[in-house]
Amino acid sequence: MDPELLLIILVDGLVYGSYLFMVAVGLTVICGVQKLLNVTHGALYAFGAYLTATLLILYFQVDWPQFGAFAVMLFAAAFLGVLFGVIIERGLLRHLYHEDEHIIVLATFAAFLVLEDVLLLIWGTDPYLAPEPLGLLGSTEIAGLPFDNYSLSMVLLSAVVAAVLWYGLNRTQFGKLLLAVIYDRELAQAMGINVNRIFLLTFMLGSFLGALGGAYQAPAISVQPGIGVEVIVLAFAVVVIGGMGSIPGALIGSVIVGVARAFAVHQEPALELFVIYLIMAAVLIVRPQGLFAPAKPRTI
Amino acid sequence: MNAIPRKRFMALAAALAVLLAAGAASAQTVKVAVPTFLTGGGAPTYGTASKNGVELVVRAINEGTLPAPYNSVGLAGRKIDLVVYDESGGGTKQVTELRNKVQKEGVDVVVGYVSSGSCAAIARVVEELRVLTLLTVCGTPRIFEELVKEPKYLFRIINHSTAGNVGAAHYVVKKLRNEAKDGYMGINQNYAWGQDAWRDFNLGVQTLASELKPAKKQQFPKLFSGQYGTEISVLLRAKQKVVHSSFWGGDIEALIAQGKARGLFKRKTFVFTVGEITAHRIGKKFPPGQLARGPYGLYAEGIDTPLNKWFRSEYRKAYKQPPSSPAYHYADGIVAAKYAYDTAMKANGGKFPSTDQVIKALEHATYDILAAKVKMSLGKGHQAVTSDRWGYAEWDDAKGEIVVKDVVEFKAECVNPPEGVNAADWVKGGMKGAKCD
Amino acid sequence: MTWRQDKTLWGLTIGLVALLLLNFVVPDWFRSILTLSLARGSVALGLLVLWRCGLISFGHALYFGVGAYTVGLMSRYLGITDAFLTIACAVVTAGLLAYGLGFLLRQYRGIFFALLNMAFSMILYGVLAKLEELGSTDGISLETTTYLWYAPLGAENKTALFVFAVILTWGVAVLVHLYLRSTLGNMTTAVRENEIRLGYLGYSGERAVHAKFVVSGLLGGFGGAIAALTIGHVDPDSMVYWPVSGDFVFIAILSGTGNVTAPFIGALIYELIRTYAFDKFPEIWQLIMGGTLLAIIMFLPNGLWSLVDRWRSRRRAGAALRTGKEEA
Repeated sequence: MDPELLLIILVDGLVYGSYLFMVAVGLTVICGVQKLLNVTHGALYAFGAYLTATLLILYFQVDWPQFGAFAVMLFAAAFLGVLFGVIIERGLLRHLYHEDEHIIVLATFAAFLVLEDVLLLIWGTDPYLAPEPLGLLGSTEIAGLPFDNYSLSMVLLSAVVAAVLWYGLNRTQFGKLLLAVIYDRELAQAMGINVNRIFLLTFMLGSFLGALGGAYQAPAISVQPGIGVEVIVLAFAVVVIGGMGSIPGALIGSVIVGVARAFAVHQEPALELFVIYLIMAAVLIVRPQGLFAPAKPRTI
Repeated sequence: MNAIPRKRFMALAAALAVLLAAGAASAQTVKVAVPTFLTGGGAPTYGTASKNGVELVVRAINEGTLPAPYNSVGLAGRKIDLVVYDESGGGTKQVTELRNKVQKEGVDVVVGYVSSGSCAAIARVVEELRVLTLLTVCGTPRIFEELVKEPKYLFRIINHSTAGNVGAAHYVVKKLRNEAKDGYMGINQNYAWGQDAWRDFNLGVQTLASELKPAKKQQFPKLFSGQYGTEISVLLRAKQKVVHSSFWGGDIEALIAQGKARGLFKRKTFVFTVGEITAHRIGKKFPPGQLARGPYGLYAEGIDTPLNKWFRSEYRKAYKQPPSSPAYHYADGIVAAKYAYDTAMKANGGKFPSTDQVIKALEHATYDILAAKVKMSLGKGHQAVTSDRWGYAEWDDAKGEIVVKDVVEFKAECVNPPEGVNAADWVKGGMKGAKCD
Repeated sequence: MTWRQDKTLWGLTIGLVALLLLNFVVPDWFRSILTLSLARGSVALGLLVLWRCGLISFGHALYFGVGAYTVGLMSRYLGITDAFLTIACAVVTAGLLAYGLGFLLRQYRGIFFALLNMAFSMILYGVLAKLEELGSTDGISLETTTYLWYAPLGAENKTALFVFAVILTWGVAVLVHLYLRSTLGNMTTAVRENEIRLGYLGYSGERAVHAKFVVSGLLGGFGGAIAALTIGHVDPDSMVYWPVSGDFVFIAILSGTGNVTAPFIGALIYELIRTYAFDKFPEIWQLIMGGTLLAIIMFLPNGLWSLVDRWRSRRRAGAALRTGKEEA
């Protein structure tokens, strides 16, 4: 195959892969620490996109420096992360940790249904468009094709997020506490770690990342009802492929899916719809616990 | 189970039955149910506009303020009792809901449905429930060709989707021959509507000008995927300049945002078959392109019937924006019901007509809708045909809104198959019997 | 326990008679909701069977969809509309699929099991939405159902279908109840409690899970077939897409694991809440559904059937108290 096309496929794949990673990383964090699958993640993505689009529309009406748009995104995501962390973790999940894990997933599914309609009540059915930031960064020519730098910057953002998370988990005090909680929650609690606080902070972090995914996508899409539903299945698939709760797994899984999808779209578009599920099934058959699964102790 | 709860349950059921009988008995209004997308991905594009259009026209009919020939009060003198409900959730839910509306709430007429999936699911149920139903948007030609071959209660008051895409093919061959000399390609959503749209367009072009060649492979991204970076790369790399797309809703807006950032619309000419609704919404941000679909929305600008002038000005007054095509489609549905009821009453010597008489009045009828004339000439008199108008959309700074230029009108007989011929077979067989002059 | 002492069998049979009598009283729309509840209840019953080994599937719309599409495709391509034959084929197809996938799935537990099921259901969704031969997203409409040599039309057909569905579902529920009462059925609770320990006792946890999984697949196919016949149309969005699987889990949780009758009652209550939420609050009906589910999880985590259990044990406690007093 001609090398130019290969390069284009690689770039397209990395861009799509970084989109997947940004969509899935928040889910991965929560899943890894709290061992729960958080369906409200889809709503967080949607809220992130809505709030960002609304704020951006306002922001571009005043004459402030245009690059402030990125600060707006960060602010929206952080605000939502804290807000939802408190509402969902404190208000709902905390009361359910003693229940079966399936019940908790279902509770988040119920909360997701509620949040979807809350979204409608707040923002109505009209779509929000705020594409200005897309044009801010200009474009780059790669292998003869123009690529917008905003999309390319997603790759950078994903790398930064992954690096910060890796560092935080493996090189900081908080990370070590987290690892202790991940490995054995009861033991950690017995040793005096405040597991409740860790759970709240983790949930806030996961929610922040979910909202950030939506916030960063907002300029590139039309923000409207239903965008949250689409994201959930994608995020689930990435988490399963990478191994539940593994951040390197999510990163590598996203890139594999992204490149495979780009390959399909360029060469055999009929396969596009199935790529992600085929990879998911293949990974699970070969490595049942996902690409990078943490080891599990056997209890008798 | 214990004896007492069982008794209580029977009593409850009996009470329920009595309640229902009472509900169905109110006779002095005509109860019209209108399904459209109030939630989910279809809501922004179709839901709001269609609800607005219906409510505006229903209000006018109840007050008798619609222009002639529809300037009397109500449907055959009875006021409309309007119920708008949600169309999302798929076929199963729509079938259940239709049953509820008709059997529980005593709805007399159903006007609506956006999605082809909903229409396909409810088509046979309509006949079973014997409720007069006017389909307003859903595109699939299969309704009368395959699902309900002997329709009585089911009507569609708009062209089916084949007409729109055949119209697009005519326009490309007529006006874009030069751009299309290197061939053409398609990017359509991966579901029945997108797949049919591409097939009809492609076969249409092949029939009219077989020297124009389609690309080897077409793009069919997942519905509502919202991420088109890779697809845009494929389009940019391709030598074909003309791109056919039946994208709608959030997908077309995302494609435009992402495509503009990469100069896609400077290199390609897009044929957006339902882009009109989006052009409306995003105005200046809409890249110049072709867009279609009959005498509705933007295409109805400048059509000088009293009905159309009334609708455009009242709609602007009420909702602070011009009406888009879903607003027209749904409003036209109510207008069609008004025509059928009023005509049937006249034939019935001024007395309120039976449903059978209303149906008789609408079958094979020719009547005015807001901006055009409709002929119910296909599907044994149950499927409407209208002309199809195509043109080039462009932002007009002076007017401050999108305008359409270079409009070509194709006659209804040119873009629709003759009665009795299956639409898919018709395009495959070279569109025999089309009268385009 | 003998047949006569089995309260559940009595309950099911009384339910059967009551439903058959209701046929004469209730309006058509309500009868259609009842039939759909039987269909959805059957799938939820399958989930409850699985739940006995601590497993939940987020993809049971796969078997529901396969059942429904078997009926749809037989009607479209083979012209076979016989209810007995199509349902039998639907159940067998779904069962075979569950048997095949079971070899893979039985190795998984917990969320992995749940999600892998979802992945498979999404693959089916993709195939159905893609292929025009399978009706794409518009789906397939069924021809009028026949029953062996009996081919009723119009309202009579609706009655026939209702009677048919009620009797068949009764049979299915009785079979499942007898299965759960058997040793093989009881073993699964042990899988949930501690599978490794079960292994030391000489039983294979995986095989127990596999058997349960096939049973739940059969029930899924059965439910899908009944739903297809009731609606008269099959389509991927309302039969295979992942929120449909969510609905089944919703009904299962709403019902609780107590008894085989529970999922049918749960499914009916679910349908009624949905119908009224849809009717009264067309713009926020999802919020009502989600809110209801949350309330159940918070206040009735063991489902509606736990109310029955609670009421029974209170009565028993009351009786014990009374007899105790007399003795004193």
